[in-house]
Amino acid sequence: MAKTYKSIALFSALLMGTGAALAGGPVDDKLVIDGEMEIQTRVAAPEGHPFDEIISGWHYRTEETRALEADSFQNPGMLYVERGEEIWNTVDGDAGKSCASCHEDAGEFLKGLGASYPKWNADAGKPFNIELQINQCREKNMQAKPYKFDAADQKALTTYIKHQSIGMPVEVDLTQGDMQAWWDKGKELYYTRTGQLNLACASCHEDYNGKYIRADHLSQGNVNGFPTYRLKQSEMVSLHNRFRGCIRDTRAEFPAAFSDDLMALEVYVTWRGSGLGVETPAVRQ
Amino acid sequence: MIITRRQMFGLTAGAAAVLAFNPQLSFAAPDETEAAIKAFTGGATPTEGTVSLDTPEIAENGNTVPVGVSVDSPMTADNFVESVLILADGNPNPAVATFHFTAMSGAADAKTRIRLAKTQNVIAVAKMNDGSTFIDRKEVKVTIGGCGG
Amino acid sequence: MATPKPRVKVPKKASKGEVITIKTLISHPMESGQRKDKKSGELIPRQIINKFTCEFNGQMVFSCDMDPAVSANPYMEFNAKVTESGTFKFTWVDDDGSVYETENKIAVE
Repeated sequence: MAKTYKSIALFSALLMGTGAALAGGPVDDKLVIDGEMEIQTRVAAPEGHPFDEIISGWHYRTEETRALEADSFQNPGMLYVERGEEIWNTVDGDAGKSCASCHEDAGEFLKGLGASYPKWNADAGKPFNIELQINQCREKNMQAKPYKFDAADQKALTTYIKHQSIGMPVEVDLTQGDMQAWWDKGKELYYTRTGQLNLACASCHEDYNGKYIRADHLSQGNVNGFPTYRLKQSEMVSLHNRFRGCIRDTRAEFPAAFSDDLMALEVYVTWRGSGLGVETPAVRQ
Repeated sequence: MIITRRQMFGLTAGAAAVLAFNPQLSFAAPDETEAAIKAFTGGATPTEGTVSLDTPEIAENGNTVPVGVSVDSPMTADNFVESVLILADGNPNPAVATFHFTAMSGAADAKTRIRLAKTQNVIAVAKMNDGSTFIDRKEVKVTIGGCGG
Repeated sequence: MATPKPRVKVPKKASKGEVITIKTLISHPMESGQRKDKKSGELIPRQIINKFTCEFNGQMVFSCDMDPAVSANPYMEFNAKVTESGTFKFTWVDDDGSVYETENKIAVE
């Protein structure tokens, strides 16, 4: 067995040689979109945070993937921002309204909004993310059907709304309602090992970020770029889709999208990225 | 010795495993790639050089791999690049795309994004208006992702 | 699927004889014909954009024949030499016969 261990280690070392471009921790580089807008991708962590420095997942990707995000024309996620803008202005439902019917000045109304979600919703008595807020508006104000989880229009509209806060720092307000209690619950879930592989979120993203899981470079798992354009799916991937994917990969039963568990996790994980600039639509592998 | 999960983590962490092999799919035989080149050149064997491919050494995901091609040519009405064939010799079908240029292109450069099913060679074959042909090949290593694959 | 939407980036101005760079992107899944439906196990039929062309004042500048190995949301970057003001016409042809078009003007001084 010892021999096997050594040969695997040697194999790893050899591969490390060929993968020099991918080796090591986060890349020392700056995300400047179109040569104009610098995004905060490395910030000092607030007190009580497990890290000294909070680092965007952008730093863990290859040069080619990073370049895609730095060019707003080449970024395929921008196609969904444009589609989202169309939806924003399109009337739907029995009330004959679009989002724009109520929120007339989208530029003013949406600026910074996405950076402040998830937010306490007093009527619902729980935190709301943008998807839940959209659905509440659709049902109450537009008399339209709520979107099903990960419907193409839900992803595009969420991407458009989030993008209006690009570059603005992520800031979750934990003083509202019971947000602190949801944060506590989210933290507990973050550190709870689950599944046949017995992994917690923290096992990869806190203990081993900067290292590899097979050929994948583990990031800190920050969510400031969601919804994110993933090269693997070649389309937008929502945060709850990614949560479920990660949990599935631990070989555990995964909770429903927008369930209390995943909302608590969203509150906590978003807080872990406090101060990072919104990157939506980020580009990841 | 029993390898614990913790040690296993360390091992996989060290292995920037640059490999991808999916036995469920059938891949193009090299013959198919050669046949596609011959069909494009009219049977001639293309000369190395003049055309150059720009590809990443390692692609983080095979679904979206940036590829650029550039041909050294004055691009005038009587001396220009007609077309460039792009092939991937390890895909289920080696054909990827064919770029067609004219003197109005100004430069015989083009970029796109392609799908690579596994680590393989990307091939560019350029055909000039006088019928001469040139070739470049670059290997692209395609990585497999984390636990999700 | 929403109707594929093209995006094109062409400089608004150029000097006579300048070689400009043009970038294009269109939303399209480029269904390769190799994937299986996860539920039914059946092959999903191929549907891709198979041809892209760029014309300037009615003359062909650049074109591309695409196979299923071109990524979803196909991106094309190429050049054009401009000697007069005019209009670029961009055309994408879908396997189902649909044609998506857009135009951009350029002023050449």
